[in-house]
Amino acid sequence: MKLSILGARVIDPASQLDQITDLHLEAGKIVAIGAAPAGFTPSQTLDAKGLVAAPGLVDLNVALREPGYSRKGTIASETRAAAAGGVTSLCCPPQTKPVLDTSAVAELILDRAREAGNCKVFPIGALSKGLDGEQLAELIALRDAGCVAFGNGLNSFSNTRTLCRALEYAATFDLTVIFHSQDRDLAEGGIAHDGPMAAFRGLPGIPETAETVALARDLLLVEQSGVRAHFSQLTSARGVALIAQAQARGLKVTADVALYQLILTDEALVDFSSVYHVQPPLRTRADRDGLRAAVKSGVVQAISSHHQPHERDAKLAPFGATEPGMSSVELLLPLAMTLVEDGLLDLPTLLARLSAGPAQALRLPAGSLTVGAPADLVLFDPTASTVAGEKWYSKGDNCAFLGHCLPGAVRYTLVDGRISYEG
Amino acid sequence: MTPPDAKRPLQLNDQGQLRHFLSLDGLSRELLTEILDTADSFLEVGARAVKKVPLLRGKTVCNVFFENSTRTRTTFEMAAQRLSADVITLNVSTSSASKGETLLDTLRNLEAMAADMFVVRHGDSGAAHFIAEHVCPQVAIINGGDGRHAHPTQGMLDMLTIRRHKGGFENLSVAIVGDILHSRVARSNMIALKTLGCKDIRVIAPKTLLPIGIEQYGVKVYTDMNEGLKDVDVVIMLRLQRERMSGGLLPSEGEFYRLFGLTTARLAGAKPDAIVMHPGPINRGVEIESAVADGPHSVILNQVTYGIAVRMAVLSMTMSGQTAQRQIEQEKAQ
Amino acid sequence: MILPVPAELISQMAVDLKSHLERRGITEPRFIGIRTGGIWVAQALLRALGSDSPLGTLDVSFYRDDFSQNGLHPQVRPSDLPFEIEGQHLVLIDDVLMSGRTIRAALNELFDYGRPASVTLVSLLDLNAAELPIRPNVVGATLSLKPTERVKLSGPAPLTLELQDSSLEPAL
Repeated sequence: MKLSILGARVIDPASQLDQITDLHLEAGKIVAIGAAPAGFTPSQTLDAKGLVAAPGLVDLNVALREPGYSRKGTIASETRAAAAGGVTSLCCPPQTKPVLDTSAVAELILDRAREAGNCKVFPIGALSKGLDGEQLAELIALRDAGCVAFGNGLNSFSNTRTLCRALEYAATFDLTVIFHSQDRDLAEGGIAHDGPMAAFRGLPGIPETAETVALARDLLLVEQSGVRAHFSQLTSARGVALIAQAQARGLKVTADVALYQLILTDEALVDFSSVYHVQPPLRTRADRDGLRAAVKSGVVQAISSHHQPHERDAKLAPFGATEPGMSSVELLLPLAMTLVEDGLLDLPTLLARLSAGPAQALRLPAGSLTVGAPADLVLFDPTASTVAGEKWYSKGDNCAFLGHCLPGAVRYTLVDGRISYEG
Repeated sequence: MTPPDAKRPLQLNDQGQLRHFLSLDGLSRELLTEILDTADSFLEVGARAVKKVPLLRGKTVCNVFFENSTRTRTTFEMAAQRLSADVITLNVSTSSASKGETLLDTLRNLEAMAADMFVVRHGDSGAAHFIAEHVCPQVAIINGGDGRHAHPTQGMLDMLTIRRHKGGFENLSVAIVGDILHSRVARSNMIALKTLGCKDIRVIAPKTLLPIGIEQYGVKVYTDMNEGLKDVDVVIMLRLQRERMSGGLLPSEGEFYRLFGLTTARLAGAKPDAIVMHPGPINRGVEIESAVADGPHSVILNQVTYGIAVRMAVLSMTMSGQTAQRQIEQEKAQ
Repeated sequence: MILPVPAELISQMAVDLKSHLERRGITEPRFIGIRTGGIWVAQALLRALGSDSPLGTLDVSFYRDDFSQNGLHPQVRPSDLPFEIEGQHLVLIDDVLMSGRTIRAALNELFDYGRPASVTLVSLLDLNAAELPIRPNVVGATLSLKPTERVKLSGPAPLTLELQDSSLEPAL
């Protein structure tokens, strides 16, 4: 299939391209940027005047809920939602049922993802069997089955030495470990950030130190083991400061934050609304500002959705009895555009944090528009708006932004040169 | 980002009257005073031979207690009965929940029984708000205690106790002692005292039993009992639960009593006519000396009587607010 | 319509009440005023009688029959009856008798205190609009009002009657 996309503002942060030009795609790859190759006759042309063409968004944390949690989501429904949000490549975490600690589960996920054809899925394998933090999972088998990195979610390793050995093993084979640093004992029983908002509402708190204590320890273990490390879902200003310090002394760690953490704070808890129950929790304004500054400076090079769809019942209970998580991948592009609207980032930087940054962190074959690269693109109208929830593909409507009018609207998402979403 | 819509507070109707009673946060001084004044009238009713008035005759009040409590439950039952309401009490403890029935399903079943009002006690903070938001709005919800968040009727009965024994709030010094961190009573009391104009509210506790951001309540923190009790007019002792010893919050009951127990000697530092309060049940020898609990300064037993009157006031005012809201909506529909 | 002067009515009521009590052989009546206007009338009446009897005050808010329509009266105050009800001869005093429901509520409340030997009803005005079979034993004046008219007593001193006509109010 030969496709030409004409007159878009093409932004490729990886190659610092930002100009109005044409794109030509053939057999799933980008064959030219600018003038078409000699003798190239497209079978389809898209008039992209007024649109921005960017690398398809790369989301490092999207829970597809399959296998095991079909009430919350399926690979088909959640990848469709992701495509609507402008995503062409995503990583799904290992918290499935059964846990993603065997190649069979990885293969199932990849098969279903291919069938659905909405976006490319790169599974994150479990670092420990059953995510129990006791025994190392078969990382090489998982790698060979398609896992691009390994993590243990918020489940701590009970024994620091076990953790250290797991990191050394991963380092042996140049595997990337994803950390969700949280000290289990400090966080125990907590459901919201341990600050005045939660205290006033009588909600058990998770102190900032639950993140920073674990983070400090994890950074030192990374240094000792030499493992490739990506720190995910940071929530505190002190936390990103620790990452910045580590990077400054030469440690090559990367980091991402959830998009909603850049927008919401614990002030949202005012009415006990369970849609704001997330783990790790929303923290203070000062923390949000610290995260925003770190995203701007590049200390945090990736923004992810931290998509966690839930069935209605999971959120229809008093705050503490609900399951944590927010469904938001469907809004990734327009919600992220609010950061441009606020003046925090310019558009190319935002797109870098959503494409090149995450791809580079996990060494994914994605996140750039260069000749010869797979034609994974998003075309969006930066002047239009998206009314969140007007169309909704995810099985979970547990989203704090439903009904909001967000800047920007995805018009086309293309995966391997094929339109996976048309808005 | 568009901010969340400003709403009318959930517990008030369009005229600012109570239609639910969920927490003391956001209620005006005038409204709290109205509750106290109405409770005064019900106290007088309680002193008669026939302690009933026909105010809520024909109405059904459902006590739905997800957490065990004899004291609060029985006073709510008595309050509803004294208002001539029909009372049903459901101890929905672990049995229903363990059968997998959600909180919402339990309440919808009760709604179908045409109750006019639910009094709910639940272990999760925010439970009363959740119920008020999801159950039919014509059913009044009274919070009988939700997790650590609020116990508004206890707060009001404590305020009534203070007003009846001390006259007012402005020139008083009030100390709240003990496990503030886990106490919904303490939170409701601090809010009520501040709203009613008390200018010297003190909390006395070790750091492990104080919530972060305690300053937002407008209180002064003391970690020394003698300093904290100096010249106070009112001492409110909180119950210390056994579970606090595990988890490293406190070494032992003995050490707590040594540092924060209310003994006759410690009480001597307060004003000579100071009153001693406790939401009950009291742990003798843990937070309070027997001699003090039974002594002349103690108004602990009076609090129980005031509790019935306050609950009668809250039940009537809330039912009244629901009626008013129905009228407003009928008029709007015409 | 010219409204009567309360002070003049009260002098006549004192005379009428005295003969009524004598006829019934009631020597130690207990006086009770219904809040708020009834208390003012009762106080004036006791002065006119030259009596130093204690005056009980009754707040009927909890006994009204219109809770389901109108909710709780905003200014509830405690009742205060400084004497026994059981076996006593009561003189119940109110300012304006209209539908009769306030008196019905007052009687229900009094009977919750005890069983009186008798209740004599005294009212400053009777508007001849009773919806229940309740009539005063002693009345100051009987008036007939138009449907849009209301009469209000102000007090405690001087006691004055005011006529309010809602048809004369400017349209909102």
